[in-house]
Amino acid sequence: MSASFSLVAMIALPAIGAAVVAALPRERSLLAKQVALGVSLAALLLAVLATIAFDAGGERFQLTTSVSWIPDFGADFALGVDGIALVMLLLIGVLVPLVVAASWHEADTAPRPPRVFFAWLLLLEAMMVGVFAATDVLLFYVFFEAMLVPMYFLIGSFGGPRRQYAAVKFFLYSLLGGLVMLAAVIGLYVVSTSQLGEGTFAFDALRQLDIDPGVQKLLFLGFFVAFAIKAPLVPLHTWLPDSGAEAPIGGAVLLVGVLDKVGTFGFLRYCLPLFPDASRFFAPFVLVLAVIGVLYAALLAMGQSDMKRLVSYTSISHFGFIALGIFAFTTEAGTGAVLYMVNHGIATGLLFLVVGMLIARGGSREIGDYGGVAKHAPKLAGAFLVAGLASLALPGTNSFVSEFLVLIGSFPERPVFTIVATVGIILAALYILLMYQRTMHGPARGVLLAADEPPEPTPVAGGGGATAVAAAPARGVLRVRDLDRRELAVVAPLIALVIGLGVFPQPLLNLIEPAVSATMSDVGADSGGTDR
Amino acid sequence: MIEVPDLSLAALAPLLLVLGAACVGVLVEAFVPREARQPVQVALALVGTVGALVATLLLAAGDRDHEVTAGGALAVDGAALFLQATVAGLGALSVLLFAERSLDPARSAFVASAAVPAGSPRDRELMTDTRVQTEVYPLATFAVGGMMLFVAANDLLVMFVALEVLSLPLYLISGMARRRRLLSQEAAVKYFLLGAFASAFFLYGLALVYGATGSVRLRDIREAGLEGGGDVLLVLGLGLLVVGLLFKASVAPFHTWTPDVYQGAPTPVTAFMAACTKVAAFGAILRLLYVAFGTAEWTWRPLVYAVAIASMVVGAVLGLTQTDLKRMLAYSSIAHAGFLLTGVLGLGSGGEGSGLAATMFYLLTYGLTTLGAFAVLTLVRDGDGEATHLSQWAGLGARSPLTAALMSLFLLALAGIPLTAGFTGKFAVFRAAIEQGAWPLALVALLASAVAAFFYLRVIVLMYFSEPVPDGATVGVPGTPTTIVLAVTATATLALGILPGAVLDLAEQAAIFVG
Repeated sequence: MSASFSLVAMIALPAIGAAVVAALPRERSLLAKQVALGVSLAALLLAVLATIAFDAGGERFQLTTSVSWIPDFGADFALGVDGIALVMLLLIGVLVPLVVAASWHEADTAPRPPRVFFAWLLLLEAMMVGVFAATDVLLFYVFFEAMLVPMYFLIGSFGGPRRQYAAVKFFLYSLLGGLVMLAAVIGLYVVSTSQLGEGTFAFDALRQLDIDPGVQKLLFLGFFVAFAIKAPLVPLHTWLPDSGAEAPIGGAVLLVGVLDKVGTFGFLRYCLPLFPDASRFFAPFVLVLAVIGVLYAALLAMGQSDMKRLVSYTSISHFGFIALGIFAFTTEAGTGAVLYMVNHGIATGLLFLVVGMLIARGGSREIGDYGGVAKHAPKLAGAFLVAGLASLALPGTNSFVSEFLVLIGSFPERPVFTIVATVGIILAALYILLMYQRTMHGPARGVLLAADEPPEPTPVAGGGGATAVAAAPARGVLRVRDLDRRELAVVAPLIALVIGLGVFPQPLLNLIEPAVSATMSDVGADSGGTDR
Repeated sequence: MIEVPDLSLAALAPLLLVLGAACVGVLVEAFVPREARQPVQVALALVGTVGALVATLLLAAGDRDHEVTAGGALAVDGAALFLQATVAGLGALSVLLFAERSLDPARSAFVASAAVPAGSPRDRELMTDTRVQTEVYPLATFAVGGMMLFVAANDLLVMFVALEVLSLPLYLISGMARRRRLLSQEAAVKYFLLGAFASAFFLYGLALVYGATGSVRLRDIREAGLEGGGDVLLVLGLGLLVVGLLFKASVAPFHTWTPDVYQGAPTPVTAFMAACTKVAAFGAILRLLYVAFGTAEWTWRPLVYAVAIASMVVGAVLGLTQTDLKRMLAYSSIAHAGFLLTGVLGLGSGGEGSGLAATMFYLLTYGLTTLGAFAVLTLVRDGDGEATHLSQWAGLGARSPLTAALMSLFLLALAGIPLTAGFTGKFAVFRAAIEQGAWPLALVALLASAVAAFFYLRVIVLMYFSEPVPDGATVGVPGTPTTIVLAVTATATLALGILPGAVLDLAEQAAIFVG
């Protein structure tokens, strides 16, 4: 069956594409971009084909491949997707071409040649697909850690002024979490050796293990720390605002949109089914962190003057919601959480992209440097508004469906946590609308205001292209280019998804629900059996 | 009546090849005209090391890999052959680094005449002379021979002889740098003095063990230990022997020589020491602990546990403060010695568990990556030889993408990032340790890896994310020898990270001690 190779192809294609792009001569940067776009579109096509081949009512893991990889460790190169992983692959498929298109000029001004940017981007795509598609825990771990390298270079080579600090902080935080997880991975292997006679990393075999509760708790914590750093839960979140702010826009979109979802995905895929007792034991603790994250990050977001940091903080707040949905242990809330993972990727991706476009025009990330943009760039403002509304989960946008599912799914099990988390929605409206209002409306002001003499093309703080500042005829006139066709082509599909999934989320829910239901029955909590 | 000990020439072939090549090398020094010496010596050293590599592989492929020969003094078993092959292979690569002639304007990394006092008028004359030193080749070949003997020694006396055969040439060639000669000579003296102490410890331990057991044969010591239990004399002797070996393996707290010697020695020699000496020392540690004292594990396990933690912590933490790349790699080598000891502890008392295979595999991967990293170091130069100060590497990625990419690969491998050999090795030793219940040690090791990752990353940050400095280093164009070394080590680093199955299998099969 050729469909079973589609996952291999989804890893191999971007990886080969990355090698090709990297091998192109320095002066062929346009060709490099075109190849990158072509490869990422082909990868999207593969993701769509995989979705068509996937039978939502069928086996839990489909499109499976398994080849012996390191026999001495009992590790296989085993790939397969359930509904949860599949929707993440779709999200990756959609976001990467858009990121390539959005970053078309972004890398031109960086000290490193643009092809390097696109090569890392494609390699990152291959690794991200691998993380979600792996059904062997060691393989998952390998992709989980290896994924850091491309992102590290994207932030470090193409990021903002404090990129060195941000890149190292990102890498070390994630590496530390990963290493703790490695101990747990090996521990799991040792348990499987003692129970099955032969050590294995195969997820399906590990799920059958009956692990001693005390050991479960230790192993759970090993995995949990890594995932809680990845999908930053307070207090392990401090790396994200730095990375999100300093990363190039394309990197930030993938970082927050996809990479961090590995954390929440990991909760669902590994923490809950492998360590059900420990999951139930630690659930209240995780929920406390999640709710603190929702509120604390929302408050911090309101205090930000840097737009990229603000968006990063909103993500931390949203990750709190996702964690709430997962650790409420109901299928409804879990399904909502997975849908939230997708929707957050779309909404925050859009928000980051639009903010990036604004930054590319003004060369500053400060909210205070903008004002009255809407009058002169209505399309930009419109896209900004849609992105913002999607982020604050306005009914009719995609995020509303998922946030609502999480809340009603969690409420019967965890009413107090749910009610407290609901306050986060109000705060979300505040921080998003305040940012929108300050930058888009009000009197024209800030860096886009034309000065007397033609402005020097300023070096760009956000890593954006410096070419966007319009030539300036008269004092006091705001001159800002509206979205061009390339930029429209980037935001239009995402806006369509925001509205489309807001109105009609059923196809995704059909994919997600069986897998979440299986996970929740693994954890033994679907029948309302949480020990509250 | 003197009995002639049994001698299996086939089993000794690798040793005979290397030591034979070294002896011929000495003769070449005496009889071949100066102009022709360099190519002849390089060829001879390569024939010796590569020949030994081939011979060990042939021996391993045949079924002669479980033999005790030379009157019981040598154990040619799977582990010995694997380690001998590793030493021979890494030794051959080091010889290639020694032979590099296109990087230094004076055509060699070694001083033209080591006997001329540094800074004297004659020395300044020789500074620009293109005359090259060729004595390093037979010396290095002797060292390789000593290391190969070391890992096969089944007898404490042979082990001591091997220790000296491998150490003395190293003391010498550490002092032969062409540039910064005083630093190099100081390194040699330090290494010699502290090394002599370590040898004395070893010898004293040997004497005590002999006193306690009446034998220097590892097997007999094991039996005596079984009968007599933890005799004070025996335990004391074991402790002293281990100290002597840990010194060679640069394990903290016996590491103090490492940064100075690594920094002062000519870089190819540093590479050689970092890769091969480590393999040899750990080979001997494994054999001594498991063959001679395997049953008395309660006497050495806590000790090794403690020094493993000390070594990882010292290496990782002090590595953070280094500003010189060679010193940084020296501390990295100390940290890696700790990781290796984690693997040593992963071998059960009955020889079960995957600790031996894991440690041997780690030695191979560490040797290859560290050799590669030092090889890159030889390329990056300024007016005064190699540019080893961190600040000089700023912006290297923009000026020389390939060199920077190679260095990044080696550094990521040393940091243990997946898809590089370093990760496979780390995974193997940590698994072995956790399987034997040493998970607190594994946790410390994981934390130390995270700390150590910082200083590896810092170099990458400098190379790629920093603006080039005006008086930064230039990157020399390597000649064929260094290119071969870089190609081999980089390929192996990637291959052992992505598809390590075959080599892991080999290590697993070779993980047998006879004795």
